[in-house]
Amino acid sequence: MKFDQPAGANPIDRGTVIGKPQVRVDGPLKVSGLAPYAYEYHDPAPNAAYGVMVTAGIGKGRIDTIDTVDAERAPGVLLVLTHKNAPKMYGKADFPKPGPTDKDPKGAHAAPQLQGAEIKQFGQAVAFVVAETFEQATAAAAMARVGYSNGKGRFSLAAGKASAQPDPKGKDAHVGDFATAFATAPIKVDTTYSTPNHAQSMMEPHATLAIWSGDQLTLYTAHQVIHWSTQGTADTLGIPREKVRSISAYVGGGFGSKLEIYGDSILSAAAARQLGRPVKCAITRPQTYNHTTHRPPTIQQLRLAAGRDGRLTAVGHLTWTGDQEGERGELASDQSRLMYAGANRLIETRFTPLDLPKGGSMRAPGEAAGLLALECAMDELAVELGMDPVELRIVNDVQYDPTVGPSRPFSDRKMVECLRQGAEAFGWSRRHPTPATLRDGRWLVGYGMSAGIRNNIVMPSGTRVTLRRDGTVLVETAMTDIGTGSYTINAQTAAEMLGLPLDKVTIRLGDSLLPKAAGSGGSWGANSSTAGTYAACMMLRAAIAERAGLSGDTLFADGHVSAGGKSVALRHVAAAGPLTAEDTMSYGDLTKQFAQASFAAHFCEIGVDRVTAEIRVRRMTSAYSAGRILNPITARSQCLGGMTMGIGAALMEELVVDERFGYFANHDLAEYQVPVHADIPALEVLFVESLDDKSSPMKARGIGEVGICGVGAAVANAVYNACGVRVRDFPVQLDKLLDHMPVMA
Amino acid sequence: MRAFTYERVTTAQAAAQAVAAQPGAKFIAGGTNLLDLAKLEIETPTHLVDVNRVAGLDRIVPTPDGGLRIGALVRNTDLAADHRVRTDYAVLTRALLAGASGQLRNKATTAGNLLQRTRCVYFYDTSKPCNKRKPGSGCAARGGYSRGLAVVGVSDQCIAQHPSDMAVAMRLLDAKVETVMPDGATRAIPITDFHTLPGKTPWIETVLRPGEFITAVTLPRPLGGVHSYAKVRDRASYAFALVSLAAVDGPGGRRFAFGGIAPKPWRVEAAEPMGSAGAVADHVLAEAAPTADNRYKLTLVRRLLADHFETGAAA
Ligand SMILES: Cc1cc2nc3c(=O)[nH]c(=O)nc-3n(C[C@H](O)[C@H](O)[C@H](O)COP(=O)(O)OP(=O)(O)OC[C@H]3O[C@@H](n4cnc5c(N)ncnc54)[C@H](O)[C@@H]3O)c2cc1C
Ligand code: SF4
Repeated sequence: MKFDQPAGANPIDRGTVIGKPQVRVDGPLKVSGLAPYAYEYHDPAPNAAYGVMVTAGIGKGRIDTIDTVDAERAPGVLLVLTHKNAPKMYGKADFPKPGPTDKDPKGAHAAPQLQGAEIKQFGQAVAFVVAETFEQATAAAAMARVGYSNGKGRFSLAAGKASAQPDPKGKDAHVGDFATAFATAPIKVDTTYSTPNHAQSMMEPHATLAIWSGDQLTLYTAHQVIHWSTQGTADTLGIPREKVRSISAYVGGGFGSKLEIYGDSILSAAAARQLGRPVKCAITRPQTYNHTTHRPPTIQQLRLAAGRDGRLTAVGHLTWTGDQEGERGELASDQSRLMYAGANRLIETRFTPLDLPKGGSMRAPGEAAGLLALECAMDELAVELGMDPVELRIVNDVQYDPTVGPSRPFSDRKMVECLRQGAEAFGWSRRHPTPATLRDGRWLVGYGMSAGIRNNIVMPSGTRVTLRRDGTVLVETAMTDIGTGSYTINAQTAAEMLGLPLDKVTIRLGDSLLPKAAGSGGSWGANSSTAGTYAACMMLRAAIAERAGLSGDTLFADGHVSAGGKSVALRHVAAAGPLTAEDTMSYGDLTKQFAQASFAAHFCEIGVDRVTAEIRVRRMTSAYSAGRILNPITARSQCLGGMTMGIGAALMEELVVDERFGYFANHDLAEYQVPVHADIPALEVLFVESLDDKSSPMKARGIGEVGICGVGAAVANAVYNACGVRVRDFPVQLDKLLDHMPVMA
Repeated sequence: MRAFTYERVTTAQAAAQAVAAQPGAKFIAGGTNLLDLAKLEIETPTHLVDVNRVAGLDRIVPTPDGGLRIGALVRNTDLAADHRVRTDYAVLTRALLAGASGQLRNKATTAGNLLQRTRCVYFYDTSKPCNKRKPGSGCAARGGYSRGLAVVGVSDQCIAQHPSDMAVAMRLLDAKVETVMPDGATRAIPITDFHTLPGKTPWIETVLRPGEFITAVTLPRPLGGVHSYAKVRDRASYAFALVSLAAVDGPGGRRFAFGGIAPKPWRVEAAEPMGSAGAVADHVLAEAAPTADNRYKLTLVRRLLADHFETGAAA
């Protein structure tokens, strides 16, 4: 089925199962420990050997010597792979450059390991030790002796800024005459923010169990997009893609980190082939920080100019970012194409190569970092204008893509509604606009707000649905559920489409043998995968109606299909044998014709300790617009998680770069701090619901990432309101405030 | 982690003998610090002597002179909850409850807590130079990431902080550490002498001798007065102190001890009679040698003291 026209009324609109607060169908399995994660499959490979990576201890240079004699002789060791004996592997550069329309280009997800003496990043695998037990492999891995010669690495974004070049992946825009508009405006801010490297810090570390059977490879692996795992592994190993099957039935979070493949899958697969025996490997927690991807750093200059009425006349957002050569960096300027009105716009991203670990996607890549800066700059502008920051955003709302013009309207932009309803629920009117005026005992109390946007992406996604003999339905798709609720909402979709209660639907996900699906990334998963299930169900409905001898408009409700006054139980239709339908939802150009995005508004009350400058969030209200809310429980969880992560980004998260060694120095969960329960008070989530008929027949948009978009800025703006200090270098921490706190005797 | 052998002992002297008998042997109590260090191969014990079943060390009993003897195996949770501690040594309860998490405190023991090692990130990374981990290899923290590290009592060789909260309260209370040697001899070490400064030997952290086993920590008679423990950190729980201030304002005067700023719990008795926060701070920080990253700790010490003088006792 192709979605290339706005959706009309359809069976989803009945809203008997979809849109209802449904607890997770996989919940009981998870809380009872019966949902296996990648490392926990024992039955398929009772004889699995254990692999442990040895990772590079320098940031840039070469391996001079590598001595694995002791490791090889250590008890239980079966194999030690290094660049000297590893099988040949293939990287992106070994494949022809993809054309613009190439789907699934070869090598795009390849991740070759142990292919030479060159060290490109700290944490890169330099050896892989396989032994009978995990303990033996770990002990032997520590016996590998690696001698390096250090190269000169580029590890500082600030140092690379001057020579940065336009980022080919950024969506730069020059509209109108920015320079003149900015120069002549009565009110303006020119302000620079920086955001550090961030680590996804998901609960489940990356892990893989690799099993060969002849030339067929099966991976039990932790991945967000199954076919990227199979393609990446096959391309890297130089085997046909159809020879690799990946299973990611349950994934313990990803936040973008598991969009790529790493040493765990490639080295387990390579070693298993060589040994003729299954091999499993979990990346250790300290290794995750330097071996896997992270959110790259930014420096962002915001130049915003407005008339005295607050209407923006010039919007300038210039980002400097850095990553390994050829990578993307953090495209923090892009959302400023869409966020606010303004006739003159200068949106640019500049890139400088860095030899730090390779960057990648982390929840809302681009927006999460970009809005930290843009939404704080808007707060600065509101101060300059003497205007309420909510009103400033409302007067600059725009119902079309302001970079393209009125010819590209938003499909459904409810940012103003988010702002108004959020402000009302929070009690924004009680805010004191003058900083440092509200106190509660030893706490300086402040209110802050921000808005958020996250681009809506749709992806082709397929599902197979089967009406089984007993009248129940089986839903199968290679979609993943990374803790988000894909099992539940896809089951709800099938139940709604076929008029069945949810307990008559069984669902299987996360196996590449199932119909190729959207996967979980870029917030496209919920909307796209349920649209695929919708498409398959439409086909199944037709097949059911045909067998039941019904024609015309059919209604599927209460376990029956009816049309023209006749009603047949699905059980009876199924008695003649199962019926199966499989379809993929694909998309036309509605995302080009219409700007599509989810929106948010955040309101935060913060306390800053007048003595120590410790910062604690006291409460927070966020309002979200993401089209139809498919399931308010799972949607709310996404938002709560986004808010929590946004608070972390504002107040504590930072991968500390040690430029002498070219690595992230704080590589464990004690030193890379994310919020704990005590940091998160009551969080309130509001949904401004609507139906987005341009997005998909589900009329929903992405919600996984908009949750975090803008959150940190509301927190930082609240800190400003509490104590009058504007910290422009994230995270906002007490040592950056202390010197500005009230003087003490 | 390296392979090790394991044995379980039931008497204190047997524990001391078992560790003395084998180079590379270590006691293991709650294991919350030692296991982490062993997994990362920062410590590579060849033999573990499990002391959890040593009889009688999990009790808190009164001493003849009106104090308390806290067995080495008393868990941090139980110590914090003990009604005598809560009543007479409230600063200790407060310090304990400000540390780690509930789960960790359920496992962590009194002796293990005193002996926990620094949280310096370079100490935790065997690919980096660290004089404490590998004598003579250098100190990566100097010129590196040192936001959490010490500002006083440091040396050229090492600027690591002692991370314990409990030990700060014990220092304030003039605790003594009771031990037994392999030959059965015992001694009681005043806590002020127990931890050593890095100097030229940062890998030596206490005055304990090979095999010397901690049996208890004793507290003298209660001080009375108002007890407080203020712990400053970036997140509200489950974080080590950037700076902490343990204080007692009692009939015998004021006492202050600090955590997070030194290689050991930091108390400067000579500062305590001073009449102003600034004067106390000047003494406490007399030989401070901060880095650019952790200079803010000096400000924090001053502000905590100022607040303490202003409000009587921090909350
Ligand atoms: C994530 C995390 C956060 C933490 N946060 C804090 C915090 O905020 N504040 C804080 O104060 N602490 C904190 N801790 C540290 C915690 O308090 C210590 O790990 C714990 O107290 C150690 O006690 P244990 O019994 O587990 O020691 P073990 O790990 O068993 O032993 C530690 C050391 O003591 C030795 N030892 C044990 N018993 C004896 C004995 N009787 N005689 C001689 N030697 C002995 C061992 O050989 C070993 O060298 C944290 C720890 C973790 C992992
Ligand atoms: S401060 Fe001490 S523990 Fe840290 S690197 Fe230097 S020597 Fe090692």
